[in-house]
Amino acid sequence: MDFGPHLFLALLEGSITAAVLALTAVGLSLVFGIMRVVNVAHGEFFMLGAVFAWWITSMLGAHPVLGFVLALLFAPLLVGLIAATTDYLILRRINYNPERTIVATIGVLYIIQQLTLMTFGPEARPVTAPFNKRIALPWFENGADGFTLIWPWGLGTTTYKLAVIVAAVVILLMLWLVLTRTKWGLIMRATQLNSDMATAHGIPVDKVYAMVFGLGAALAALGAVLVVPIQQAHYLMGADPLLLSFIVVIIGGLGSLLGTVVAAVFIGLSDGIISVFFSPTLAKILATLLVAFVLIFKPNGLFGKSAE
Amino acid sequence: MSKYPLSDISRRQALKKLAVGAGAIASSGTLPGLIGHSQAQSTQPIRIGFQVHRTGIGAAYGRWYDRTTTAAVKRINEQGGINGRMVEIVAEDDGTDPKRGAEVLEKFASKHQCDVSFGTLFSHVVMGSSPRAGELKMPYFVVSEGHHVASGQLNRYTLQPGITDVKSQVEAMGPYVAKNLGKKVTMIYPDFAFGHDHRDYFSTAFENQGGEILAKIAIPPTETSFTKYFAKIPRDTEVIYHVMVGPAVLTFVKEMGEFFGPSKPAIFGFIDSLEAVDIASPGLEFLEGTYFWEGNPRYAQADQSSHDKLYRAAVGVDNNGASVTDSKDVSTYAHMFGCWETLYIIKAGMESCDYKGPADRSKLIEAVEAMSDMPLSDEHPQGAKIFNGKTHQAFGHQYISKVNGGKLELVHTTSIEDTFYEDEVDYTKQSF
Repeated sequence: MDFGPHLFLALLEGSITAAVLALTAVGLSLVFGIMRVVNVAHGEFFMLGAVFAWWITSMLGAHPVLGFVLALLFAPLLVGLIAATTDYLILRRINYNPERTIVATIGVLYIIQQLTLMTFGPEARPVTAPFNKRIALPWFENGADGFTLIWPWGLGTTTYKLAVIVAAVVILLMLWLVLTRTKWGLIMRATQLNSDMATAHGIPVDKVYAMVFGLGAALAALGAVLVVPIQQAHYLMGADPLLLSFIVVIIGGLGSLLGTVVAAVFIGLSDGIISVFFSPTLAKILATLLVAFVLIFKPNGLFGKSAE
Repeated sequence: MSKYPLSDISRRQALKKLAVGAGAIASSGTLPGLIGHSQAQSTQPIRIGFQVHRTGIGAAYGRWYDRTTTAAVKRINEQGGINGRMVEIVAEDDGTDPKRGAEVLEKFASKHQCDVSFGTLFSHVVMGSSPRAGELKMPYFVVSEGHHVASGQLNRYTLQPGITDVKSQVEAMGPYVAKNLGKKVTMIYPDFAFGHDHRDYFSTAFENQGGEILAKIAIPPTETSFTKYFAKIPRDTEVIYHVMVGPAVLTFVKEMGEFFGPSKPAIFGFIDSLEAVDIASPGLEFLEGTYFWEGNPRYAQADQSSHDKLYRAAVGVDNNGASVTDSKDVSTYAHMFGCWETLYIIKAGMESCDYKGPADRSKLIEAVEAMSDMPLSDEHPQGAKIFNGKTHQAFGHQYISKVNGGKLELVHTTSIEDTFYEDEVDYTKQSF
């Protein structure tokens, strides 16, 4: 494939990674920003989203569109409830102590993963996309008779892949509106700024924490439901999103939503391009190196505010 | 090699009944010291350590290896066990991880007192475990397909008698692809030992047929998105040769279809790219008319042998290669027969050397090394095989199927001779 179309294809593929990564990482960032805890089980909530999507669509056996819409609504909801319960049963009991939370969520990671293996099984299971039409994409060529449209071999995408990108943008915009324009958003921001003061003003911080933890997990699950028709539900699929989310959140600045989104787009696209033209391993090496540099030179991340 | 004549079985069944009777007397309290001891030796089960990929990237295979093993042992025990002793499987999860694989072998030897170990599929686990098997002097029967056994990299205690290796499979495919599909091939394979075997042996075999390999595209085995790799396929490719493993195989095949759209080249794949995956999955329609190597035809063919019928029913696989209880639970049919056949080879080996216990392990290895012809039978339902005692590797028929109406239809069966290559090692010269 020529360089131009090849780069274009890499960018397209990278955008899908970026879109799903943005949703997942924003969930992680939200939890850290408000609750100041690191959720190591975040990738497993992502995986649960995909598994529930498979479960809902295959149990119903309904039309793929209906099944998928229901999965889009209920899988994140279920995952959110599980996460909120985890918060209530575990994190609250250890007072959100940062070190203990990390250890506890590692435990949650293994529990969720092994329970999925025991019930859902070790196979990768597919979910039918609600719509999926291949679109061949044109490219310009500057030939003897000026610019002409050509249709390079293999340059194409599918309607569903484009829809994933659009959906992620819409969801992120909605999240931003909720956080900045609604009472719920105000309560969350108040809790983030100073939880003691929020308690003094009658905000039920416990409930806010449970909700935020649920919301963070639900966002990861939402990302997974969107991507599962492209990939498949598999019990080990949470590892990669977890690693990439951490990379993104550190680069973007823990707790900064804008930074997280910008970093997700950057990492998603560069991962696509570097792995196409060089090697996927190099892409991971560079991303991890970038994390190291950010931690050295800008410990709060590119968009993070300095610690209080 | 002698099979298992009926008279033999009934003699053993009689022995078994005698043993049960002896056990009853012993447990009833008469002469506890005397009979109890002698009975303990003759009826103690033969313990086979089963190194199984319950978790990790091999889990889908592990599940079916487990089912096949359970079915084979059940049948062996119903036939009277081995040398009149029941067979007991001690299964341990190795997490598809080489380090844990070696630890599992230690457990088999020290904790479980197993007679032999068996059952590993993924080649890196075999590579990690085999040296330990040699140190423990524990016969290690692998069901892995890797060329590592016959290449001489392992040791006298490691054998692969129940499944053919990648080198012979791939070399037997070269002529068919060159003759029927095209001369310009692009190869796509996983970037580790198994994929490199494909790359090296197929390209040599194919170039010997006058073909040309245009590009070799290696994909990391943990990759989850593939379109970016397909962009490297040269435009003048006539045939795509693909083999993929791991949980993302369905994505791999689906994205290949989306990449090519309506103008696809001929496609020849190893069924590994679709093991445990339903060919009728949405997005795989483009596979219609493409070709697959199969270790053992997943769909029951029109001329299905009685042996395949028996084996299929015993393991619980329907005519489409899925579980009889769940049509979405597709088996790893092209590989798992190796567990069944290997267990019968262990049985035959133990019977021919009159295996009594761990002290006879080297006698068992010599007995297996002495085997050669293994005809198509209930014990070898995949087909006849020829075992090479020097290289510890079995050779057998390979199958090529074409997707027709959403099912795999057998179109070509290679001869066993097509799969031969020169010996690279003589393990029988190594000391025990």
